[in-house]
Amino acid sequence: MTDAPRTHCELAIVGGGPAGLAAAALAAELGVETILFDEQPTPGGQIYRNIEANSRKHDALSNILGADYAKGLALVERFRRSGAAYEPLSAVWQVSAAGKLGVSRKGRAYLTRAGRVILATGAMERPVPIPGWTLPGVMGAGAAQTLMKASGLVPEEPTVIAGSGPLAYLVALQLMKAGAPLSAVIDTSQKGLFETGFAALPVLSGFGRDLLKGLSWMAALRKARIPVFSGRNLAVEGISRVEAVSFETRGKRQRLSASLLLLHEGVVPNNQITASLRCRHVWDTAQMAWRPWTDEWGATSTELVAVAGDGAGISGARAAAHRGRLAALDAACRIGRISRAERDERALPERRHLQREARFRAFLDSTYCPTEAVRRLADEAIACRCEEVTAGELRAFVAEGFTDINQLKSFSRCGMGQCQGRMCGGTVARVLAQSLETDMETVGYYRLRPPVKPLPVAQLAELGNAERDLRPSPLGVDGDPSQRV
Amino acid sequence: MFRRLRTDDLTTTIFFDGRPLRCRPGDSVAAALLAAGIERFRTTPVSGTDRMPHCMIGNCFDCLVEIDGQADQQACLVPVREGSQVRSQLGTGRFDAA
Ligand SMILES: Cc1cc2nc3c(=O)[nH]c(=O)nc-3n(C[C@H](O)[C@H](O)[C@H](O)COP(=O)(O)OP(=O)(O)OC[C@H]3O[C@@H](n4cnc5c(N)ncnc54)[C@H](O)[C@@H]3O)c2cc1C
Ligand code: FES
Repeated sequence: MTDAPRTHCELAIVGGGPAGLAAAALAAELGVETILFDEQPTPGGQIYRNIEANSRKHDALSNILGADYAKGLALVERFRRSGAAYEPLSAVWQVSAAGKLGVSRKGRAYLTRAGRVILATGAMERPVPIPGWTLPGVMGAGAAQTLMKASGLVPEEPTVIAGSGPLAYLVALQLMKAGAPLSAVIDTSQKGLFETGFAALPVLSGFGRDLLKGLSWMAALRKARIPVFSGRNLAVEGISRVEAVSFETRGKRQRLSASLLLLHEGVVPNNQITASLRCRHVWDTAQMAWRPWTDEWGATSTELVAVAGDGAGISGARAAAHRGRLAALDAACRIGRISRAERDERALPERRHLQREARFRAFLDSTYCPTEAVRRLADEAIACRCEEVTAGELRAFVAEGFTDINQLKSFSRCGMGQCQGRMCGGTVARVLAQSLETDMETVGYYRLRPPVKPLPVAQLAELGNAERDLRPSPLGVDGDPSQRV
Repeated sequence: MFRRLRTDDLTTTIFFDGRPLRCRPGDSVAAALLAAGIERFRTTPVSGTDRMPHCMIGNCFDCLVEIDGQADQQACLVPVREGSQVRSQLGTGRFDAA
């Protein structure tokens, strides 16, 4: 990392998870002048967070995180060797259609112009808007895992994990290994791996190991006598913090006390930047989320911008790296470092791997339905955490005739708070779709505008005439005035 | 609520509402506060209720605190710096508190 901001590059990559790391390493190896920007202090993304430090010492933590986590080191090492420039602690708050990036690092904002941009911003845990989910003591399961990877923190008071999806089980297992007082797992998928897993075995030839991994997580929980409930209609109880979680199981309501409640209903693409660029998006019915439309190289409907990894639709860490390399090959070809023939040739092994991953993903998508996150919200459930708007209040607005999602946003203030709709966008759209008895495509999504990360006015002011000083990009494409900072 | 797997590497000190906290270089401010048992990072501007980090990866903004006079900082994304003065953010926070 240098201190003077770099103002130009041929290829800018946003995000240092498996997709961004693989893309940056390959592009730089092919001679493309590449900069990777990432908000985190160290490379690895969500899955391989803090991998370098955690690999140096072979202590309790590396044992808890397991062999799959350790595999991330190879990606980071190849990236470090590749010659790609690396800008950690750098949040990208804008990408324009002309390839101009707004970056904020150490309290200063600056602009960089890139000939091509690969967005590898990954995924976020799907918000789970059950009554009481804003109380202190309620976190995402991935959030607890992040604390463990980044700082070696583990829960020390009675913890309940409630949710659906492989990550919920993985975190349960990791917490158990770490000696956390895990008191129960509430499986909300309504279709446990046990019921569907074996039936799916023939389809999954070649995935024995992944499936066995899933089954062994369950076995480990049973062996440790951690009860696994099948539950639905969750609610958090507590006045100033979580005290208990209640849920329906076998037609009865059950209550478990908890100091820490970890929710998880899968992950969804983090698509703030593609949405702010007005890239074409498609509604993915299987994953119940919006994702940017892409071609087979990850190119979006915006000329200079591609997406790779979970940000282009959830497909897991291994697929993320392959998709990153495809986007890098296409970038190298467009920039003129390799021929089309070479691009296509080098893409073949990546595509073969991707096909395998896609089959497993289809199985996961059908097994782990995010039931709690997509059912009809209780009226008292907070839909928008920032502006504290409940589902009931939203329904009242809809009843008054506010049936356009952006109109609803203006009147209810949902999506106008600090998180800029990240936490409520999907929920508000769903409440609207359910009230109007229509589908998510018809409802659409919030109109987002840059900056996609809040930027202090002082930083914006300091930018001053920086934009004027930017020379044209290596590819000589200049701006659309509506995308000016 | 959380304990540390290791406590032999807490060589940095930050302050939360004036109280010194020992933490590990490389911790996020949010991890350092949670390790010290702090649950109220901020109160909401609308109803004044307490909030604690929810996502830990920069999406929910429930971890907003004031760091060295700058309001609205995402504690889960900012690494600890020796001697930093962190304050809980009440409501909308103080504007240019420095
Ligand atoms: C909290 C969490 C924990 C997870 N843990 C696991 C796990 O243990 N095992 C597993 O198989 N899967 C896990 N997943 C799913 C996993 O994220 C993906 O399959 C995989 O990491 C996707 O890789 P990626 O490269 O697409 O994105 P990520 O690995 O998510 O990397 C994206 C990177 O982009 C950065 N970024 C995003 N927006 C910006 C911006 N505007 N400016 C700058 N940088 C930005 C982020 O900080 C991040 O480093 C987890 C997901 C989450 C949300
Ligand atoms: S904890 Fe969600 S943004 Fe920091």
